[in-house]
Amino acid sequence: MADVKRVERPLSPHLSIYRPQLTSMTSILTRITGNALIVTTFIIVWWLAALASGPEAFATANGFATSIVGDIFFGLSLLGIWYHYLAGLRHLVFDAGKGLDIPTAEKLGWGCIVGSIVLTLLTIIIV
Amino acid sequence: MRFLTDRKRAEGRGAAKAGTEHHWYMQVSSVGLAFIVPAFIFVFGSTLGGSYEEVTATFSRPFPAILTALVLVFGLQHFSKGAQMMIQDYTRKSTRKVLMMLVIILSYGLTAYGLFALAKLAL
Repeated sequence: MADVKRVERPLSPHLSIYRPQLTSMTSILTRITGNALIVTTFIIVWWLAALASGPEAFATANGFATSIVGDIFFGLSLLGIWYHYLAGLRHLVFDAGKGLDIPTAEKLGWGCIVGSIVLTLLTIIIV
Repeated sequence: MRFLTDRKRAEGRGAAKAGTEHHWYMQVSSVGLAFIVPAFIFVFGSTLGGSYEEVTATFSRPFPAILTALVLVFGLQHFSKGAQMMIQDYTRKSTRKVLMMLVIILSYGLTAYGLFALAKLAL
């Protein structure tokens, strides 16, 4: 007779049992960058709210945003958002059932890494 | 002891019946954001560093204000649903529920706060 007790279902993904690979690492990085961007959102909303509440508040927020720390912060944010952008497009390709063989997936992974660095540098130069 | 076979326990329950909508939302919002985020990076990047008057003037113009509002609303809904997926992957039971609630509340709260600032600047 079958047991009625509830099955303890495993949680996915089983990070600890896999050897790190380019495909898994680039996928995990999508999630990390996407969630980390909430910090950037917080800073931008804080900056906007300060702008709306007057010159003194704006001076404080803008002082941070235009400082060296601010530059590094927004530089990293750019890298994060461009990576997430490219990796998100890659996910749309995967969802369409294309590029799922290992050589193509690895090429797309490198494309995301290199592409995000290139786009970040381009953004810094242009904007 | 209850006389239930494994098959009997599983029968009639079907699939989860939810989740397709979630995935579809992520796809739609990602495509939408793919268009507006580069524009926002450009607007925000070129505005940053200006004086108080310059920056205020930028955000009282329709295009930068509407663009920022769209990025906030859809960016944070995209975050909310994405972060919920992560929470569902790594946690369970009450921890999962509490974290999901926090993420949803945070997303709406931050959106509202940002929109209020934009409204004040634009009007």
